[in-house]
Amino acid sequence: MILLDRVTKTYSRDMGAALDRISLHVDPKEFVIVVGQSGAGKTTLLRLLTREERPTSGKIIVGGIDYDKLKDKDIPLLRRKIGVVFQDFKLLPNKTVFENVAFALEIVGVSNREIRHTVPKVLDIVNLKGKENRMPRELSGGERQRVAIARAIVRQPRILIADEPTGNLDPKHAWDVIKVLEKINRYGTTVLLTTHNREIVDKLKRRVVTIQNGKIASDRANASYKV
Amino acid sequence: MRNVTLAVAAIAVMVVTLTIVLFSIITNATFTNTIAQITSKISVSAYLKDTTSEVQAQNLVKQLKQQPEVHKVVYLNKQQALQSYIDQNRQNPNLITAATEAGNPIPATIQIYPANLNQINEIKVFLVKPANAQLQTSDSPSYNGDRKQAIDNITHATNILRRIGAITVIVFAIICALIIFNTIQMAIFNRRDEITIMRLLGASTSYIRGPFVVESAIYGILAAVFSILIINSAFLASSSALQASSLGLLDINYANEYFDAHFWQLLTLQIGIGIIIGTVSSVIATRRYLKFKTK
Repeated sequence: MILLDRVTKTYSRDMGAALDRISLHVDPKEFVIVVGQSGAGKTTLLRLLTREERPTSGKIIVGGIDYDKLKDKDIPLLRRKIGVVFQDFKLLPNKTVFENVAFALEIVGVSNREIRHTVPKVLDIVNLKGKENRMPRELSGGERQRVAIARAIVRQPRILIADEPTGNLDPKHAWDVIKVLEKINRYGTTVLLTTHNREIVDKLKRRVVTIQNGKIASDRANASYKV
Repeated sequence: MRNVTLAVAAIAVMVVTLTIVLFSIITNATFTNTIAQITSKISVSAYLKDTTSEVQAQNLVKQLKQQPEVHKVVYLNKQQALQSYIDQNRQNPNLITAATEAGNPIPATIQIYPANLNQINEIKVFLVKPANAQLQTSDSPSYNGDRKQAIDNITHATNILRRIGAITVIVFAIICALIIFNTIQMAIFNRRDEITIMRLLGASTSYIRGPFVVESAIYGILAAVFSILIINSAFLASSSALQASSLGLLDINYANEYFDAHFWQLLTLQIGIGIIIGTVSSVIATRRYLKFKTK
């Protein structure tokens, strides 16, 4: 599903490589946690996958799309296949919960009828039923993040990338979000999660990829947090 | 549109630009009409001696018609020439009385209209050839050369005005495009978070650009309507307040008629130009901002 082959990303010659010859293979329906200290290269890795950055060298293939052959005009098509959840939610403050989720469908031209049919179902999955008409500012951090997850999965992507989705949340809300991610993974979506949260990593018992100084320091199944 | 001041500025400059475009078009049409009207009245007249026979006169007319520089030939025999003289001098009965009581002193006349004003001299050269000159009176041929000078002046002025008009239109169109460019950039700046999110969610460039382009096109349409209203009010003001039929060389009546007759074409043209200026500048403005910034 995700393949990185000796991927290097260098921002400037003086700084050294943010990612240094990283190779990673993620199978369909896998749940992979990427851990590492701040500045280790986790976010760079995710930004390469969403094509916000280009690798300096190496090969990336996601969902069968070879990034070397991807033209700029096709980047929107790639991003429609990947759901992304950000640490800072990136919700539109002037839109309601329903509208924020519907927005992801509107921009790809889904009909209003279909939107009215799909969005409530997805809000149900993330346990936000009944909060469709709330504005983001009226929600807790955990609820906002679940809106962001709903928006990321409403187009049924095969891959969900979550960049420290629990980073701004208290433990209870963080667990709510993680449970939703597990639920989505059970439905068949490949999940790539980056986190700092030791407790979450230890409890999840999933494959853990540790990045240190731009390199993969360890890659273990059913692992616990170890940086 | 979040920034109302910028939007108003963009529309205002576009109104000025489109008003200049419209004014240039109407002025140009009016001058062209004035030149055509004066040109049509320019002719060379050959006065025939009373001794010249009808056959000789018709022969000369025939030869004249064969000259490439001749556009039209009108032959008036003595009687017709007198009638024409009477018609022209209705305001002056003394002249008419003098002419009729003297037993028709008006000679038969051939009026020759040139194909091109610059060829008047060639017609004159043809008429003063000895074979032709002997058929004519001593003061023949005569032509209204002072009018040619007037026409040259108008043509010259029109050409200068056309150039000034074109340059002004181009300068204002550029200013207009730059202001719209800035307006749209400001609008994009105000909505940069939303655009970033749209981008990350996979919105296509055209989806993001669409509203900005439509917004600029609407500026263009509004400006076109305003410019038409301004010119229309100007005509109303000039016809009612000034009671003027001409403003220097500009024939206001004709300009007004032209505006009325071509109202819908002019409105369509203005809207078209407004939309083009608006969309082109906003497409360029968004292009710069919507590039994928992948390094």
